[in-house]
Amino acid sequence: MSSQNSPLTTADGIPLKTSLRKAERAQKIKSFLFVVPTLVFIIVAFLIPIADMLIRSTYAPEVADRLPKTIKALDAWDGSGLPDESAYQALAEEMALLKKQRTLGKISLLMNYEKSGMRSLVQKTARKVARIKEGPLKEKMIEIDGRWSDREVWAVIKRTGRRFTFTNYLSAFDLKYDADGNIIAQPETQQVHTTMWIRTIWVSLAVTALCLLMGYPVSYFLSTLPVKTSNLLLICVLLPFWTSLLVRLTSWIVLLQKQGVLNDIMVWLGIIADEHRIRMVYNMSGTLVAMSHILLPFMILPLYSVMKTISPYYVKAARSLGANPFRAFRQIYLPLTVPGIGAGSLLVFILAIGYYITPALVGGASGQLIGNFIALHMSKTLNWGLAAAMGAILLAGVLAVYWVYNRVVGIDNMKLG
Amino acid sequence: MSLPSYAGRLETIWYYIFRVICGCVLFFLIAPIVVLIPLSFNAEPYFTFTQGMLTLDSDAFSMRWYQDIVGNPQWIMSIKNSVIIAVFATILATGLGTLAALGLSRPQTPFRVPLMGILISPMIVPLIISAAGMFFFYSKIGLAQTFPGLIIAHTTLGIPFVIITVTATLIGFDQDLIRASASLGAHPVLTFRKVILPLILPGVISGALFAFVTSFDEIVVVLFLSGFEQRTIPRQMWVGIREQISPTILAVATILITISVALLATVELLRRRSERLRGIRPS
Repeated sequence: MSSQNSPLTTADGIPLKTSLRKAERAQKIKSFLFVVPTLVFIIVAFLIPIADMLIRSTYAPEVADRLPKTIKALDAWDGSGLPDESAYQALAEEMALLKKQRTLGKISLLMNYEKSGMRSLVQKTARKVARIKEGPLKEKMIEIDGRWSDREVWAVIKRTGRRFTFTNYLSAFDLKYDADGNIIAQPETQQVHTTMWIRTIWVSLAVTALCLLMGYPVSYFLSTLPVKTSNLLLICVLLPFWTSLLVRLTSWIVLLQKQGVLNDIMVWLGIIADEHRIRMVYNMSGTLVAMSHILLPFMILPLYSVMKTISPYYVKAARSLGANPFRAFRQIYLPLTVPGIGAGSLLVFILAIGYYITPALVGGASGQLIGNFIALHMSKTLNWGLAAAMGAILLAGVLAVYWVYNRVVGIDNMKLG
Repeated sequence: MSLPSYAGRLETIWYYIFRVICGCVLFFLIAPIVVLIPLSFNAEPYFTFTQGMLTLDSDAFSMRWYQDIVGNPQWIMSIKNSVIIAVFATILATGLGTLAALGLSRPQTPFRVPLMGILISPMIVPLIISAAGMFFFYSKIGLAQTFPGLIIAHTTLGIPFVIITVTATLIGFDQDLIRASASLGAHPVLTFRKVILPLILPGVISGALFAFVTSFDEIVVVLFLSGFEQRTIPRQMWVGIREQISPTILAVATILITISVALLATVELLRRRSERLRGIRPS
């Protein structure tokens, strides 16, 4: 037995505390090693691509890399009047070189995003300036195209010469820089994005409300049934959940289109005439109906799991104390279900704002959401910087809502049926 | 809950109206899917019920769209590609996900909450953003329009599902079983094989099914990352829906619905088995 003054040691004389700490640390590292392979995989295959996209939304070094002399010459220019001869010379030289190397396209496109018309201007000038042998280039270039005396053109070149830019984020909200670097609104005819953000938010709110209105009664009904019956009826909820998204969208198109099943039934019943068939798909109503149908299980399942935990005795007790059924529901049952309402609504909202496939197939022209615009910029206009910026904004919004979701419900409590 | 004997008139009326409302919503949920099945047997190339079908005339029904799938090389290639990609993605996702879940369920693991957040992030980020990021990055490193690229992308999307289902199964797991096994002389790998794995198997298979369905049904990432050679069933359906020339997509849809029903039944059976194994009695 050791005396009271010396510390406890293990068999080989090392203090117990140190041995224990070493063993625990070995345990911790061993446990952590279980997670490492998956962590590395997710970081490389997922997080790095997302980070790359975020960087791409502001980092655009192409102009700075390919027109170094021009940008350097423009450093001295303060933005008023026109730059001096050295800038014109540098630009002409570098444009001709790029034209020969066939790499002029990318930067002319980048400049065109800032001010339309830049692309044709640059291409045209590059073609003609190669033939100028000598002389003050400033006048010659203005001769080739009068726009070279417009200081806004030079402002655009100077701006795109910066490696990091906020232009994409401004475009995502229909704003832009003017010649002096102030933030102003885009011309009316080009203001498309703000409408899209607003529409996406209100469609998501509308779908959330619809799902809540439809889902609450059903969840309540299912929670009051004996388990065997409710499991059977839950198939009605789970089967759509497990069915392919495209199958569900196909069925909605088949049902709602002008020559579709619903119109046929209405004509047969005599509700509408054959010439006045209602177009219920390829417009906003198509988007609303299809999205509600797809997101309804995401509202019903959390609500159901919360409602199952509410004891039926509370409402019975309220009734026995004299409350009428409506009052018992309003004051006793409804407040108890608020966590479920919060969880379901947040989940549906978050899923709805990111939707792309559903509006693309059934939304027509008036039912397009922000996801469709991101895809448009990725594949059609090829403005990847703008697509990345819009993606970053959407991601920030979703993370903010998720933060609220975590405070209300907690991500660890997510159940999947 | 049946109508209580003390119910007044208003309450009785509401009782029946309420049930009608619920019936309508449940009908709304299931009818669109069920209506596709008879339509896929339409003998005419229409997307709606013909007179013959409504009068149950046997000539109005035919299997021609199903035969069309078998005879169409594009559909055959799509089916093959979908299965290959889904199987590989599922195997990878299940392996990596189970491993991570085992690590995350141990109390000694440091940084559990942030790790969980990072590993589940593919499920949180909207799919269009993930697709955009993966498209830009994989194009840069030459993985776009290749099978490995698609498989890796689908694996990333499937891992969160496996982690969630396996950690749920591991919540009630008795760590003493591991200690008992070790005290009887079992090597940790043997303990895993004979003690841990059988108990978590329902959760693992459940997660694997989720990962399989996620990959099999995935369309957004496939739209950007697949080339002509890697066309999958959803991609082929996307084309078919937009052009709407032939009801072959209805036949494919019916087959997919049948698969969904089978998967749903499997998951439900597994869930009940897992509850039974862990001692939870059905109420």
